[in-house]
Amino acid sequence: MTGTADFSESVEGDRHVLRFTGPMTLARIGTLPDRLDNVANGRRMTLDLSGVERMDTVGAWLVYRLARKTEAQVTGADPHMETLLDQVAQADHPVKVRPDRTPPFYRVLGQIGGSTAVAIRTLGGLVGFFGALLISAWGLIKHPRRFRLNAVTQQFEVIGIHSLGIVGLMSFLVGIVIAQQGAVQLAQFGAEVFTVNLIGRSAVKELGLLMTAIMVAGRSGSAFAAQIGSMKLAEEVDAMRTIGVSPMEALVLPRVLATVLMMPLLGFYAALLAIVGGGIFTWLSLDIPPVTFVQRIREVVPMTDLWQMLIKAPVFGLIIAMAGCFQGMQVEGNAEAVGLRTTSAVVQGIFLVIVLDAFFAVFFTSIGWL
Amino acid sequence: MAVSTDENIIEVRSLKNVFGTQTVHENLDLDVRRSEILGVVGGSGTGKSVLMRSIIGLQSPAEGEISVFGEPMIGRDENEAKDVRRRWGILFQGAALFSTLTVAENVQVPIREYFPKVDQKLMDEIASYKIVMSGLPAEAGPKFPSELSGGMKKRAGIARALALDPELLFLDEPTAGLDPIGAAAFDQLIKELQAALGLTVFLITHDLDTLYAICDRVAVLADRKVVAIGTIPELLALDHPWIQEYFRGPRGRAAETAVRENAEA
Repeated sequence: MTGTADFSESVEGDRHVLRFTGPMTLARIGTLPDRLDNVANGRRMTLDLSGVERMDTVGAWLVYRLARKTEAQVTGADPHMETLLDQVAQADHPVKVRPDRTPPFYRVLGQIGGSTAVAIRTLGGLVGFFGALLISAWGLIKHPRRFRLNAVTQQFEVIGIHSLGIVGLMSFLVGIVIAQQGAVQLAQFGAEVFTVNLIGRSAVKELGLLMTAIMVAGRSGSAFAAQIGSMKLAEEVDAMRTIGVSPMEALVLPRVLATVLMMPLLGFYAALLAIVGGGIFTWLSLDIPPVTFVQRIREVVPMTDLWQMLIKAPVFGLIIAMAGCFQGMQVEGNAEAVGLRTTSAVVQGIFLVIVLDAFFAVFFTSIGWL
Repeated sequence: MAVSTDENIIEVRSLKNVFGTQTVHENLDLDVRRSEILGVVGGSGTGKSVLMRSIIGLQSPAEGEISVFGEPMIGRDENEAKDVRRRWGILFQGAALFSTLTVAENVQVPIREYFPKVDQKLMDEIASYKIVMSGLPAEAGPKFPSELSGGMKKRAGIARALALDPELLFLDEPTAGLDPIGAAAFDQLIKELQAALGLTVFLITHDLDTLYAICDRVAVLADRKVVAIGTIPELLALDHPWIQEYFRGPRGRAAETAVRENAEA
């Protein structure tokens, strides 16, 4: 049962005879398809299968295809081969394999248009989602008994407590990096002392919170999208609706609320650890003792820096949680959509946070909170 | 093609499967003969799917011997197992189509994997006739699985399982979730394909109509092993309580009557 499928050509009387030999199966087909394409096509043909050891549907298809093209006569087929030939003959309806392709120019145009439409629709959807969120929050204020304390506290744990380690470590390292880079640059003016100002103000005002927001978007925003998205795929969200539980109240509000409340705490904690990291660096490298460092921090960081952070933090939390939940609710179709929506949730969350941060910076400066 | 009907395609000997503290199978023996349609029945949780997963190598049993096509399957290295895998096709319960590929591309995946040299034109033609053979309309080729109904997904799954012209076909609850008309048509399809391609079919089902309509023999899983195997009349002659309840219950009787009426008509 070894060897590959083969055929020999001969002329008998007025007929061109192709004698097939060997196993005509997918595994042993070899170059047969190409060679059959090149068979001379002038005389009337006969395809003799009596020398074929085995045949599967692929072999039968090749014989059938050739017979169809050249109107040849098939002889020497055993009953099994006859059935196979019948089967493939019955199944001969051209089927399209790939969706139609459009020319590249139109495709690019279509993609630009498509993504613009998607961007606009997403923005509209987010605004609508915010509205729905406010409505269900109002419903909750009117009926406080429906408030899901357990769900919210559980989210506190997941969003806040579980991220303490990573957020803390990250901020600590960022503090060291600011101190180190700042010290190198300021030393050129003999102003190493101002490293303390740099650490204190940037940690409290911007970096602590911004890094936390990025981490929360990556950890929790993505998780919201994936959780709610999988629940939508499994029809859990539909089941909730039919039972009369509002998904907005049960899934979205606890997550949004928990993120909004956790962000200021996490941001404050991150700022604190960045200052600690910077402090340790200045102590070891610039010989500024911790007591002096803390005293300087209290002198140079104005209270308004802290207020700025505490005002921005809940807004960032709201945006991250909303982007996550909104994208989760948009999942439809298959598991691939969950992945795409999760990515969008993180990208949108971080993007919107940074855009808003820029607005906040301009706003706070113009009201005199330098 | 030499076909000896007594030859066993699958042999399972004293199989034991354990999950944690729960023993699913113990001392399970099973033979599947060449060119038969073997139905496997059993209550929920008796390990029908686990048995199938053990045979196809997705689940390593705690003890026992399994051979397919006379080749021992347990402890084989990946390359040797590949040669055996090429000779069977599997339809999973949810069809398990690859969601990012079209139906036709799904059918081509096994061919591409094992025979990368087959040229694209022939590959498209193969996918094309497999799709039609499985009873799908020609428009289904370029569609993605998410655009198909449940019944069409199963047919596409069959088309993929048949891609390499297997000798052995595993079907895990093929008619579950189909409407009665679709289920009957699917039974018919399996029967026709089996006859035309000389397939051996290992079929897990809950569907009594399927059992009566197409199965040559039925294996009953209960008490962690195969308690009985044989044709339906042979099983009916046994007085195992579960078998009696299964076939003599209201649904069993209805299916039996339907078969009788069909035979008379």
